[in-house]
Amino acid sequence: MNRLPPKKNPLKRTQVPVSPPGMRSRAATAMTVAAAEGRFALQHCGECGAVQYPPRELCRGCLSDALEWRDTDPSGAVIAETTTRVTPDTYFRGLMPVRIATVLLDAGPSLIARLHGAVGRGDRVRVAARIDAAGQAILLALPEQEGTEVRDDPTVRELSTDPRLRRVLIVDGRAPEALALARGLLEAGAAHVFVGLSEIWKPFALRDQFVALGACSFVKLDVTDADSVQDLAAEIGGKVEILIDNARFTRPGGVLGRADTVFARQELENGVLGMIRLAQGFGRAMQARGQDGVNSAVAWVSILPIGALVPQMSHAMASASGAAVLALSHALRGEMRGSGVRVINIYAGPVDDEWHQELPQPKLAPKALAQAVVKALVEGREEATAGEVARDLYARWREDPALAIREALGGTTA
Amino acid sequence: MRTAPYEGVVVTAPFTVPYVRFSPRPAQYWIGAALRGALAAAGLGPRDVDGLTVSSFTLFPDTAPGLTDHLGLTLNYLDTVTVGGACGAVALRRAARAVQAGEAEVVACTAGDANGIDSFRRLLQSFSRFAMDASYPYGAGGPNAVFALLTDHYMQKYGAAREDFGRIAVAQRDNARRNPQALMRGRLTLEDYLNARMISDPLGLFDCVMPCAGGEAFLVMTEDRARSLNLPFARILSAVERHNAFPEDSVQYRGGWAENAGRLWDGAGIGPGDVDLVQTYDDYPVICAMQVEDLGFCAKGEGARFMAARDMTVTGDFPHNTSGGQLSGGQAGAAGGFLGMTEAIRQVTNRAGPTQVPGARRALVSGFGMVNFDRGICTAAAVIEGVQA
Amino acid sequence: MSTLSDLAQALASGRVQVVDLTHTLSADFPVMVLPPEMGQCAPFRKVEVSAYDHRGPAWRWNEITMNEHTGTHFDAPSHWITGKDVPNGTVDSIPVSAFVGPVVVIDFSAEAAADEDALLGVEHIEAWEERHGPVPAGAWVFLRTDWSRRKGAAYLNLREDGAHSPGPSAEAMRYLVNVRGIRGFGTETIGTDAGQGGHLDPPYPAHAILHGAGRYGLQCMCNLDQLPPTGAIICAAPLKIENGSGSPLRVLALVERDRGRK
Repeated sequence: MNRLPPKKNPLKRTQVPVSPPGMRSRAATAMTVAAAEGRFALQHCGECGAVQYPPRELCRGCLSDALEWRDTDPSGAVIAETTTRVTPDTYFRGLMPVRIATVLLDAGPSLIARLHGAVGRGDRVRVAARIDAAGQAILLALPEQEGTEVRDDPTVRELSTDPRLRRVLIVDGRAPEALALARGLLEAGAAHVFVGLSEIWKPFALRDQFVALGACSFVKLDVTDADSVQDLAAEIGGKVEILIDNARFTRPGGVLGRADTVFARQELENGVLGMIRLAQGFGRAMQARGQDGVNSAVAWVSILPIGALVPQMSHAMASASGAAVLALSHALRGEMRGSGVRVINIYAGPVDDEWHQELPQPKLAPKALAQAVVKALVEGREEATAGEVARDLYARWREDPALAIREALGGTTA
Repeated sequence: MRTAPYEGVVVTAPFTVPYVRFSPRPAQYWIGAALRGALAAAGLGPRDVDGLTVSSFTLFPDTAPGLTDHLGLTLNYLDTVTVGGACGAVALRRAARAVQAGEAEVVACTAGDANGIDSFRRLLQSFSRFAMDASYPYGAGGPNAVFALLTDHYMQKYGAAREDFGRIAVAQRDNARRNPQALMRGRLTLEDYLNARMISDPLGLFDCVMPCAGGEAFLVMTEDRARSLNLPFARILSAVERHNAFPEDSVQYRGGWAENAGRLWDGAGIGPGDVDLVQTYDDYPVICAMQVEDLGFCAKGEGARFMAARDMTVTGDFPHNTSGGQLSGGQAGAAGGFLGMTEAIRQVTNRAGPTQVPGARRALVSGFGMVNFDRGICTAAAVIEGVQA
Repeated sequence: MSTLSDLAQALASGRVQVVDLTHTLSADFPVMVLPPEMGQCAPFRKVEVSAYDHRGPAWRWNEITMNEHTGTHFDAPSHWITGKDVPNGTVDSIPVSAFVGPVVVIDFSAEAAADEDALLGVEHIEAWEERHGPVPAGAWVFLRTDWSRRKGAAYLNLREDGAHSPGPSAEAMRYLVNVRGIRGFGTETIGTDAGQGGHLDPPYPAHAILHGAGRYGLQCMCNLDQLPPTGAIICAAPLKIENGSGSPLRVLALVERDRGRK
């Protein structure tokens, strides 16, 4: 079973969140962009092929400025290691000792990386880029083979948003993915899942199935109601370590489809204003607990339609609402920086639900959406897609946003 | 290629502003005070200086030109020598070339840095772009962590032991105990060294330097000028600098000295065995060992054992870092790159007082600086020879 | 003594009591549920604008949003398609005299307790009239079901086939409107119609018949058990919304104490 860490001593002050060193060059920030997507990417010279590290403006081999960020073989060997016990930095002082290593990559360059507890000098490792509490990429040398002990390593835990031993709030228990999400989180080791239920005067057929999951309880929560959010935050705000904002109101159609703004407003009430209400209710408490021991508050998850990036004509308002939430989500990420709370955006393709009936396959099974969320949390990804459609559109958007948006309007051959 | 000799140019008037662990005084003070001391030693005033080199990490927001305004200097030659711990030998050779070429008559070489509460942390977190991007965020151990990695690698690669490094530190402490200006003068035994708390394994407390504030200066001028001022001086037999040598090495285990040791000794016309004392840049003992081996005192990889097998004290058979070096004297930022040079000038001109190596005439001064990412970039070395006035 | 000064004295002495028939407007109060692709009834929402703080140092106020048919509310004739062309069919054009008037209360609570889908029939009205006399023309008729005591999901009582709650049959509505000439019909349930009223003929007979005849509806009321079968007067004035189809409102009843309940 998943047990919570020992209860807190009420006489002890909660660890105040302090940011790790957070300044980076613009080039290094590009490595963070890849890390946020769960990728280990380094600059490769477009002319001579030399792999660079640390990030540069020009190739160290031929002075070409054609440096491209490419996914890079993360395999390497630890050729030196140290256990750092003294630092002038406040964040790391609280973590000492910290093990770091020089890793010689098979791809060429050597780099300094944090070390997983099971590996050391002479070992083969795989290097992963993870987002730290400052919101920047940190390289982490992991055992070559994945395993559960990898997740429990304190360094891995510091550099991930693992739901294991943490308490999670699923904002909308009525959303199609909610049950699968609760199940997935508990299977991943979550200590407890709070399931938000709006309009408790409406029937809820899945109640028993949630209850059967075990460490799962219902809480009254309607993101369109500020009082509801505040009341719940007052009750469990200090216990929520991962908040999954899946509240949304989706209706198909474009701009001209209706004669009013009633649905549009409801989409905004649920998505955009709902997110603000949640952030105002839960954000500060989570921020304050960002470094509160092994089950610190760690992640804010926004589940967004892929239309947030590439507007979808079939669901124009959902795209607009998603885009607005995305903008807020980025802002929240900035505001959360340094606290330890990461802001995770999950871009979902059209879910196989009642509001996407007319769309062709492939559609996103609620279970697959839930799996994508859990995976992003376990791996500490800040940007992830769920489903084939979202993956495809995200890749197009990454390659050329203007083109992706233009072709989504139709009129482009497949 | 053989470099031209440094004919007719000498170095003189070394001055050290006593180091202080923490001080509210800024870099402008430490550099200015060092300049004042060197000029006083030479019997000169600020109007007599027409060249200046400046080495400092903490002048911000000033630069060297700002310093000329601050100190009231009017110059023909101004050089910012930002090569960290290599700045002593580098400033010397650049100033010497300026004087030799007639660009300046008297060049004051200065180095100094402030050290206030928390200023070391602020220096570290923005030391360089690569450090900011790729080393400091990894535990923020600063140079201790980077040098721990290369010490770890060196020990594995060459079988050096902590005891070997310990003997370097202990000998320097013995030297420091003769030097009233050294910040750390308490007795240190090899046992103390080995039992000290670890800072960043395998580096312990006595492998690491203590940041402090201080300033250093010396003057470079023509031999004729020095003679007319009736100053004791040293000739420059040879000097070299090299930056970013061996970029292909995955971990640093050698420095640019290995590439220009031949040029250094050829230029000097003597060999490693012909110097009376050695001043290496001692941010960590492993670097002392690297300098000694890369500069040809012993085979590659033998440096630590070579040194451990010798008596490195002032009265020993291999006098090394005779003032106590930075390990016992403190590291005053860029002034740490001058410390070995000013001490060597004093030694070869027989002005070293309590740390004087009897009869010392020739010295090797070696420098190492700028841990840009995972290694020191700048290396330099100079051989000087004192002329007894 | 004038009638009003008499009334004032009665109010002051407690001989006439004021009974509140209104639920508190709160975010939790259920609203009508329709198939989700249709436009929905927005629930009550309140956002604080300031509360003696930096947003307004000495005052507190809120911004509120809701549908015209949220909470205890009034249905104007134009609410329903049958009443769309009725003269003065919007809340702002209804003569204000319509908002104050007599009310009779039919106690249907036993039937509602026995059967969630109980329908008020003409026979129930006739039985009531045998005891209390004919329903007066121009009176409000309130259907007491004690449904207001239900909380949460039990109130709407939604099942797979929709809501289940008592209401009037089409015949009862025709009788009250066409034969008795009532002013309006009021309930404790979410609407004036039964939960399954959509399956009657005509669908939603209370709405269709009342509003088609220019009469009014009141719903989501409470405290009907504190009213006498006859003799009370209610004041039910909706907000004066331009062209409005209805409005949340405070429904107050004046009840004479010494007449009291039987």
